[in-house]
Amino acid sequence: MSKTLYDKLWENHVVHTEADGTALLYIDRHLVHEVTSPQAFEGLKLAGRKPWRVSSIVATADHNTPTDHWEKGIQDPVSRQQVETLDANIHEVGALAYFPFKDKRQGIVHVIGPEQGATLPGMTVVCGDSHTSTHGAFACLAHGIGTSEVEHVLATQCLLQKKSKAMLIKIEGKVGAGVTAKDIVLALIGKIGTAGGTGYAIEFGGSAIRALSMEGRMTVCNMAIEAGARVGFVAVDETAIEYLKGRTFSPKAADWEKATAYWRTLISDADAPFDAVVELDASEIAPQVTWGTSPEMVASIEGRVPAPEDFSDPVKREGVARALEYMGLVPHTPINQIMIDKVFIGSCTNSRIEDLRVAAAVAKGRHVAANIKLALVVPGSGLVKHQAEAEGLDKIFLAAGFEWRQPGCSMCLAMNDDRLLPGERCASTSNRNFEGRQGNGGRTHLLSPAMAVAAAIAGHFSDVRELTS
Amino acid sequence: MEKFTTHEGLVVPLDRANVDTDAIIPKQFLKSIKRSGFGPNAFDEWRYLDHGEPGMDNANRIKNPDFILNQQRYQGASILLVRSNFGCGSSREHAPWALQDFGFRAILGESFADIFFNNCFKNGLLPILLPKAEIDALFLLTQSTPGFRITVDLAAQVVRRPDGHEIPFVVDAFRKECLLNGWDDIGLTLRHAEKIRAFEVQRRIEQPWLFA
Ligand code: SF4
Repeated sequence: MSKTLYDKLWENHVVHTEADGTALLYIDRHLVHEVTSPQAFEGLKLAGRKPWRVSSIVATADHNTPTDHWEKGIQDPVSRQQVETLDANIHEVGALAYFPFKDKRQGIVHVIGPEQGATLPGMTVVCGDSHTSTHGAFACLAHGIGTSEVEHVLATQCLLQKKSKAMLIKIEGKVGAGVTAKDIVLALIGKIGTAGGTGYAIEFGGSAIRALSMEGRMTVCNMAIEAGARVGFVAVDETAIEYLKGRTFSPKAADWEKATAYWRTLISDADAPFDAVVELDASEIAPQVTWGTSPEMVASIEGRVPAPEDFSDPVKREGVARALEYMGLVPHTPINQIMIDKVFIGSCTNSRIEDLRVAAAVAKGRHVAANIKLALVVPGSGLVKHQAEAEGLDKIFLAAGFEWRQPGCSMCLAMNDDRLLPGERCASTSNRNFEGRQGNGGRTHLLSPAMAVAAAIAGHFSDVRELTS
Repeated sequence: MEKFTTHEGLVVPLDRANVDTDAIIPKQFLKSIKRSGFGPNAFDEWRYLDHGEPGMDNANRIKNPDFILNQQRYQGASILLVRSNFGCGSSREHAPWALQDFGFRAILGESFADIFFNNCFKNGLLPILLPKAEIDALFLLTQSTPGFRITVDLAAQVVRRPDGHEIPFVVDAFRKECLLNGWDDIGLTLRHAEKIRAFEVQRRIEQPWLFA
């Protein structure tokens, strides 16, 4: 019988199945960060249990770490305690790799996994973080889990799961110039909604996905969770294999040959049955900007802010009205007339080297507008930062009036000092525009790195295609 | 884990779709390394008029009188009635911890985000998926009937309204067993330790690079 990639990944990890179909899945890679792990380590200890396989663990501190003045350490005592707790826990139990605060390979957990070759095709990958779906770009079954599950995986190397339904999202055609992976995924969420993928495992396919780099695929899979799906993935192809060659934890020599032969089977069979198929034409996608407080509240740069009356469902209408009030927006305002205060380029969605290259290409020889109070570029990892500096991207950003920071989650969720003040409006390359996400009362608009730079330069949202054509 | 068998309680309606876990428990409270004490900060940004930070004396903060959880008639509520896609966003288990610490035992909604749904079960908090028509009716009843209470009967898999109307709901057999008995997942999984070990041995042979 022909199988979907999801069937293959699933079947390859089932250790045991309960009568009602709940399966015990074996976990290959366990990524750990400071925010969702302390209670799990504590629970483990209290129960007198030991981690099952510490060599599955890759850990880093990313959410709470500051992005400047590293010489001063972590000023906020509560943040510091959390990072120190991770240090102590990893010190006690061990790990395959640990990149603590200030390590030159430290960074956002979803950036460093693939960068280190610690995320490999065919793996199950878990992390106490919803954006674990990012790793699906490598044909992994990558689940975000809660802290109880972190403890469960530590103790048993397994996760209890029910199989989801399979959805194929097929994006065919070629995107226009200036349109990136971020625009594709925002347009998709605009189409299917933030609950559109609930209960599904999403496979992203089609020529537009195959044409993306691994960085671009990670951006798309990263936001699968914003479409409601816990996992999103892309089949293995030569682009994936090429990316993994020579990375620290990638297989070597004879193992490499064996591994790549297996990886090439990680595709859906030609006539594999999906429970749902969604199709999108890439050539119709324009650069996207969100206007509301949910990623599905999105429009093209050529569009306008909607009015609550445009929606017939009363709950939706009410939601739009509340979002516009929170966002301080008037219905029918053209998106490209919305003025902004701050710009954030970073997060596990868009902080990889390719993102920074695209952003720098737009920033080169231009300058941030006078009304912009802060324009931040936060690389996803120490290695991304190093690479960008080797290419001179930092100089381009600095000359254009951006700040160049140390790696971390930063203003994606504002657990450190990088945040919006009440009422401030931000063009952000991150993944969530929820109320207060980037700081209490802050207003977040999601967009691509190229569009974020275009907004920084104009002082309001603006079509990057006009700058670069 | 705390057992869940039958629960009877006051219902509070939270009439918004897409309530995310950042709203349920804002990130500044995630810096805690404990599992408890999040209740006073559940829905912090909606519940209080000032900005909350860890360590504040919540009893002395000014509450937002318009927020539904602050209204007198809903004090002591233990059943939360919600709309669709409740608990979307971040995987933080602090969200169910906060709801439970606040005093909720069950959440009734049209749909839930997947990770949140899962996290609830790990904490003896029962999320119940009901058809939209039943949820609409419950919203009307809750809003029009002061002191509206219902019973959630997990063994029978029904929600019972005071007028006798019973609404059946679906729950995975395995999760139901765990909740009814208050079982700890890890203990249950470790009964299969031999199977896990055997699986691991086989995997090591087939894909040695996974065990670098
Ligand atoms: S960058 Fe943002 S979304 Fe990604 S892991 Fe960090 S906080 Fe979460």
